[in-house]
Amino acid sequence: MNWSWEHFARFLFSEYMLNGVWTTIWLSCAAMLLGCSLGVIVAFMKMSNIWILRRIAIAFIWLWRGTPLLVQMVIIYTVLPQVGLRLGVIESAIIALTLHEGAYFAEIVRAGILSVGKGQTDASQALGMNWFHRMRYIIIPQATRVIIPPLGNQFNLMIKTTSLASVISMEELFRRTQQLAQIEFRVLEAYFCAACWYLLMTTVWGEIQKRLEAHYDRPFGPVEDDGKARRRRRELAGDAPAQA
Amino acid sequence: MPRHRPEGGREVTNLRDTAVRQARELGEPIVECRNVDKYFGSNHVLKDVSLTVHQGEVVVICGRSGSGKSTLLRCIDNLETIDGGRIDACGHLMGYRKGTGGKLVPLGDGRASKQRRDMGMVFQSFNLFPHLTVLTNITISPTRVTGVSLKEAEAHARELLDRVGLPEKEDAFPSQLSGGQQQRVAIARALAMRPKVMLFDEPTSALDPEMISEVLDVMIDLSRQGMTMIVITHEMGFARAAADRVLLMHDGQIVEEASPEIFFTAPKSEHTKLFLSKILTH
Ligand SMILES: Nc1ncnc2c1ncn2[C@@H]1O[C@H](COP(=O)(O)OP(=O)(O)O)[C@@H](O)[C@H]1O
Ligand SMILES: [Mg+2]
Repeated sequence: MNWSWEHFARFLFSEYMLNGVWTTIWLSCAAMLLGCSLGVIVAFMKMSNIWILRRIAIAFIWLWRGTPLLVQMVIIYTVLPQVGLRLGVIESAIIALTLHEGAYFAEIVRAGILSVGKGQTDASQALGMNWFHRMRYIIIPQATRVIIPPLGNQFNLMIKTTSLASVISMEELFRRTQQLAQIEFRVLEAYFCAACWYLLMTTVWGEIQKRLEAHYDRPFGPVEDDGKARRRRRELAGDAPAQA
Repeated sequence: MPRHRPEGGREVTNLRDTAVRQARELGEPIVECRNVDKYFGSNHVLKDVSLTVHQGEVVVICGRSGSGKSTLLRCIDNLETIDGGRIDACGHLMGYRKGTGGKLVPLGDGRASKQRRDMGMVFQSFNLFPHLTVLTNITISPTRVTGVSLKEAEAHARELLDRVGLPEKEDAFPSQLSGGQQQRVAIARALAMRPKVMLFDEPTSALDPEMISEVLDVMIDLSRQGMTMIVITHEMGFARAAADRVLLMHDGQIVEEASPEIFFTAPKSEHTKLFLSKILTH
């Protein structure tokens, strides 16, 4: 084995790699944002009273959780053009990751919402709240606590999963590592360098996640000073009258 | 389930004078159930139930567990849809509207929720919103649903907290309160919508014995102020003190309907006799 610290250090902070890191970060964020939005929509479709929406949601989740992301990505990038739908690398990667994340997040959101007891729905209905009021003021604030931890795990996975986009030549961290390894004949240093970057990203996210969870996981009824409680109350029951 | 408490464990005298009661009996009908049927799957839970409650009247419903008491109350508030008959409450045909040719069309969520604003409901398990402070529990619906200003809603909420004997608790969260306190907040929360009728589904069944009277006192107080109330309870003290009429439900039907005096001393139905013997012998 001939390990070269010199190459390792050079790779680690080379502009080429840093660009790859940056691509991985924004690709993860974009896919996560879009995927979670899609997941929320699919979750509500699956809980809908409308039969057809429910069927669509179930089929979507079944399909996207039942096939490997790698296959989905290749299909979107190389098979769709053959039926006349040509998408660029970036679009393909984002679409594949979004659909994949959406399917998983839908079940997380659904579980979170179902975790809020039926008594809460009864009470809010009895107070004259319609579906929107119930969701906005009662159910979602309580479901968020349940959703935050798995949401954090999904983002951790997403950071690593974006490396699959390298197969459709998305220039993210992993693909740049492969290329660097080939050009410079420094396989060991290049891949260790990639590992370090992934580790750094997931560690930073882990810290953020810890704080988020601590924030949302306090038992209801924190011992807040009066000012804080009052401010929170004002936020929750703002002065602006809602549309009845 | 009958309450396992000796009758007369708490002395409550009937404080409502007859003059007031007679005036009440003349009130307009405010809740009218006509031939209501309700099924859960193949389980026929309400069988052709008819019940009229007049403005200002206090009706107590008792009966064995599973006899359909909660279901009837939930149907009145349209928390359950009915399969036959009709329910008129506070001027609404609950859950339906007249379509073309007088055909009844089920209401969507938006309109159904508007109908419920005229009725308040108190549940056995309190169902306070755990993520909101006591004050916000009370103000959230007036401010967000009916568009009352926060200032006005908070003033009203404080008044109500005062009335239920919890003026100090506005910044507490439900988890920091005892069961009896939570139930009193739940009553205040329902009253905040200025309901015309209050529905209580076993409001004291989940409480420790020493907390029952603090909730019943609030309810008796409410009845004295002329609130129309339908109360499912096995608290015979409350029935004696506040009820104009006591009903017994058995197997999805109302089998006895009488004034408290007659209900407890000279019931007609065998079911009532059996029911009373069960709660009185404990
Ligand atoms: N949501 C429901 N789904 C199915 N069956 C129900 C539901 N709610 C009540 N029931 C059934 O309806 C019957 C009456 O229940 P309920 O009205 O709760 O009785 P009570 O309040 O008198 O104890 C019972 O047999 C119960 O099992
Ligand atoms: Mg019940």
